[in-house]
Amino acid sequence: MITVTGARKNYGSFAALDDVSLDIPGGALTALLGPSGSGKSTLLRSIAGLEQLDGGTIVIGGRDVTGVAPQKRGIGFVFQHYAAFKHMTVRDNVAFGLTIRKRPKAEVARKVDDLLEIVGLDGFQHRYPAQLSGGQRQRMALARALAVDPEVLLLDEPFGALDAKVRADLRQWLRRLHDEVHVTTVLVTHDQEEALDVADRIAVVNKGRIEQVGDPVTLYDRPANDFVMSFLGSVARLGDHLVRPHDILLDRSCERPPGLDAATGSTSGVVTAVVERVVRLGFEVRVDLRADSGDLFAAQITRAQADALGLAKGETVYARPAPATGAHKVAPALAV
Amino acid sequence: MKTSTTARIGLRTVALGYLLLLLAVPIVLILWRTFSPGVGAFVASVRTPAAISALNLSLLIVAIVVPLNVGFGICTALALVRGRFRGRGLVQAVVDLPFAVSPIVVGVSLILLWGAGGWFGGVENLGVKVIFGLPGMVIATLFVTLPFVVREVEPVLHEIGIDQEQAAATLGASTWQTFWRITLPSIRWGLTYGVVLTIARGLGEFGAVIMVSSGFPGVSQTLTLLVHSRYIDDHNAYGSYAAATLLMGLAVVTLLLMTLLDRKRSTP
Repeated sequence: MITVTGARKNYGSFAALDDVSLDIPGGALTALLGPSGSGKSTLLRSIAGLEQLDGGTIVIGGRDVTGVAPQKRGIGFVFQHYAAFKHMTVRDNVAFGLTIRKRPKAEVARKVDDLLEIVGLDGFQHRYPAQLSGGQRQRMALARALAVDPEVLLLDEPFGALDAKVRADLRQWLRRLHDEVHVTTVLVTHDQEEALDVADRIAVVNKGRIEQVGDPVTLYDRPANDFVMSFLGSVARLGDHLVRPHDILLDRSCERPPGLDAATGSTSGVVTAVVERVVRLGFEVRVDLRADSGDLFAAQITRAQADALGLAKGETVYARPAPATGAHKVAPALAV
Repeated sequence: MKTSTTARIGLRTVALGYLLLLLAVPIVLILWRTFSPGVGAFVASVRTPAAISALNLSLLIVAIVVPLNVGFGICTALALVRGRFRGRGLVQAVVDLPFAVSPIVVGVSLILLWGAGGWFGGVENLGVKVIFGLPGMVIATLFVTLPFVVREVEPVLHEIGIDQEQAAATLGASTWQTFWRITLPSIRWGLTYGVVLTIARGLGEFGAVIMVSSGFPGVSQTLTLLVHSRYIDDHNAYGSYAAATLLMGLAVVTLLLMTLLDRKRSTP
């Protein structure tokens, strides 16, 4: 488990970390999610000891490591651009940490073979990094980091340099790997989908501060503020409500549909809008709308709903937040 | 752009002719003059005590200069690429100084500094003869060859970045282990290239060395000095050609070595 307390880091007048405190539970996979420049990578690198904090403390597994060199923190680190040792074979890359520790040859060989099997690089022992694909290199880097039995595994945008398909595969793979290995893992990402997909817990970072920490469902359904809400998925503004596009109900009449009662509070968010475009995306249908106020927003409905409504460009509809999500955040700050 | 066939052939002829006249003809001429009396004459001429001593001295100087330049070059390149210190621009400019300053100027300034009455002239009283001794020739050669390792290693360091070194650190490697296992192997080709250039330049140095050498045949003559003195002082034109050919032979070996290494580099 990792505890960060009051972490500060400035680059000139820019505060990369502004009094950050965060508890990262042991054994879980935690994502630090935020836009670029939010300080999430600085936080991760500070945990690793690759950056020195200007203030605050970092405790890993009960040991204060604030002033400790990266070599002695018991961490494994995976870099966005792999940081593969280009002049070494896959085997030597993975064995590096063990060779440094002067472990017996037989033990090193056994461990490396085991790890290469786990990461699916069996048979690639004698290749050089240049002969591997991006995804393979990153899996090698992961095996290399795991070889030294780190207390915590730190991943800095590990899939950021890969193409979309490989990225999706690899994060599924990472999740399965984590379920097997159970090492405390911190993953930095700017991709909310990735965070929602793999993480047990997400800490949303913005402008050097932690906005909210929680499990993916909580963050998605009960965001603490507008930033978290808009960063974790697309949003539409209905009057003074911020709603997810798939939580918008569309109606042909402004009458409340049967079965909805006033207690849901959903009537307050009814907005009259004109259909600009209807896009069929397989099962889902996206309806681009222009509200009375001139605001553009999109609603996501099912194909069946779209067929029932029979929407066409130029028609007027009434949009309201779905009742179950009426508790979704009201954002006075954004209400005009 | 499309050029007509005549223009293309014309351009090639000019370019080839230029190379031929400036580079190939003089070298071929020397080789021809050297070997026209037969290989035996050449061998005899480069096996005189003076020639053997000159060859040994040239190789000795290079053997001292190369490790010093490697050490200094790697440190300087690391400082220039990784360091954030004041005066970095100044160091950059100073490193290039030997490219700009004529070797003869280097020779004169070394005499001023180390010679009798110079700032460091006092070392002669301690029994160390810098000017007109081996140390002077080594310092002169160091000066003119200083930029090569730095300038060859620097771009490689830029290119590899610090990710690999940081990765090594997180895996438990100390600074020293990281240098030996990660940094040095990563820059080895740039370093090799710098060493080859240093050797070639060191063997061929004349202007700075002639100023600080006593120039006694068989004692303090390098190969370039031998070529010069045989021609000017001894009026031994043939001996001069033969020594020049020997010097060229060393350069060719160095270049061949470099080409071989280059080929090895392109296939990982």
